[in-house]
Amino acid sequence: MSEQSSGASDAFLVRMDGVEKVYRRGSGEVHVLADLKLEVRQGEFLALMGPSGSGKSTLLNLIGGLDRPTKGSVAVGSQRIEQLTDHKLAAWRARHVGFVFQLYNLLPVLTAERNVELPLLLTNLSKAERRKHVATALSMVGLTHRTRHYPPQLSGGEQQRVGIARAIVTDPTLLLCDEPTGDLDRRSGDEILNLLQGLNREQGKTIVMVTHDPHASARATRTVYLDKGQLSNEPIT
Amino acid sequence: MKFLPLIWANLRRKKLRTLLTLLSILVAFLLFGYLCAIKQALNAGVSIAGADRLVVRHKVSLIQSLPETYKARMEKIPGIALATHLTWFGGIYQDPRNFFAQMPVVPEEFLAMYPEFILSPEAKKRWLETRTGAIVGRKSAERFGWKVGDRVPIRSTIWARKGGSHVWEFDIAGIFDGREKAVDTTPLYFRHDYFEEGRAFGSGQVGWYLIRVKDPAQSAEIAGKVDEEFANSPAETKTETEGAFVQAFAKQVGDIALITAAILGAVFFTILLVAGNTMTQSVRERTGELGALKAIGFTNRRVLALVLAESCLLAGLGGALGLGLATVLISRGDPTGSLLPTFHLPARDLLTGCVFVLGLGLATGALPALQAMRVSVADALRRM
Repeated sequence: MSEQSSGASDAFLVRMDGVEKVYRRGSGEVHVLADLKLEVRQGEFLALMGPSGSGKSTLLNLIGGLDRPTKGSVAVGSQRIEQLTDHKLAAWRARHVGFVFQLYNLLPVLTAERNVELPLLLTNLSKAERRKHVATALSMVGLTHRTRHYPPQLSGGEQQRVGIARAIVTDPTLLLCDEPTGDLDRRSGDEILNLLQGLNREQGKTIVMVTHDPHASARATRTVYLDKGQLSNEPIT
Repeated sequence: MKFLPLIWANLRRKKLRTLLTLLSILVAFLLFGYLCAIKQALNAGVSIAGADRLVVRHKVSLIQSLPETYKARMEKIPGIALATHLTWFGGIYQDPRNFFAQMPVVPEEFLAMYPEFILSPEAKKRWLETRTGAIVGRKSAERFGWKVGDRVPIRSTIWARKGGSHVWEFDIAGIFDGREKAVDTTPLYFRHDYFEEGRAFGSGQVGWYLIRVKDPAQSAEIAGKVDEEFANSPAETKTETEGAFVQAFAKQVGDIALITAAILGAVFFTILLVAGNTMTQSVRERTGELGALKAIGFTNRRVLALVLAESCLLAGLGGALGLGLATVLISRGDPTGSLLPTFHLPARDLLTGCVFVLGLGLATGALPALQAMRVSVADALRRM
């Protein structure tokens, strides 16, 4: 395990224990994760590395409640999320998790500010309050001058910043980033990593980031490696 | 309301596709409006026909006349409150294209028989005092620019006058309106005594009778008694309710309700496919985006509602434009000139149209909405 100094507390925000994930493909079964245990401290910036198909995204989906484990428990804070119904899980995600995707997953028909506003539509905030939150989130990612632009009018790096603004606009406890720099050039990638690092250090956000890139994982406070469904603290050779 | 910009933005995603679908829905509801108005015009008499009125005509056909003496015999039949007669005049005003109905009647009996006609007491008085007097419906009066006091010549295609002329002159004594929109205000009614005195042939004969029964529940029984009264005579009768008579008359064109239903069925089935295909394609194209929405906390039910709202908005816009345009165009009046005198779009049909709009929206959105609801977040995100 490689560790840097961090503002992480001793309290665990994420606890996964005995997690298995099996996919059924036709008549066969694919074991993606097996008896996996993972703990992420509050305020930690964890990088999750591993070869393609190793189950990194599946693991991230399980932490974020986008998928359910075949076996085992996933607790985020005091909530055992694998026990929640789909409806409650969606509401839980809206309150506690922000997602950053490799391909940004923005709605091309909405402007940057409308995209950032989307998670706030699920709250009881007034229009004025929503606008205020959106403006704050966009200023945090340095995009106040591009609020009325549509995603196709923005560069990759700018789109990812909008994605990050959307992820943080509800002030979630946990940020889950799936290859956030995977589709960007080095310079834009660095800007995104700076942003994530800042959110971790200055805002105390707990971040779990899936990446292939050692340069990206170097920004994290801890890196774990996933291969053949098992976690390891050492790089896979 | 806060989701409206999102729903609207999704509709604007493929502008041309949305526009074409919108136009097809618009045309469908425009057609719906017109067919309803035509059906209404052809069946207008049925909807306003009095339940207590019976029509007595010659058993062979409506063209055959009946003796005027039948009136007195009918009034002796128990259960009949009033009897009066009408005759088809078949007149033309100036141009054969100016077709409208004219009939000689006995004014007091006629007005008592038809309380749905509104005529001022002054007009009624004038009519009773003027032998050549006639009352005309508001629509024809406006169409031909007739005013009370005008003398109008009408050429009958059937009835010659003594002396050989077919041209009859009438003094407009009054203009009547209908109590309901469905009341036909195109005919002209003139006095039977003037007609009887002036016609060259057919004296003592009338076209058909209208009778009012005291108890509508006994209509069938009284109709039987009337026909029995004139059985085995040179002019046997066929008596039926006014509604059945008008319906039979309208059915000479065809089964209007069936024709309308068949056309509308075909149109709406096609629209269902067109709009349904648009929505299905539109949702399939953005499965990844739906995954992103679900990831950030949109529940399955909310996604279902968003897609349904989108299809309902599309159907609503197209339907509102179609029904609105139909209302405007139909309000301009009978497009045939005179064949559909009560041509209008009834509020009931407008309401039915609104229900169809909602139904279309829900039906076209149901399948894609269910697909959007069921897709798992992880699967959807992979399709971005």
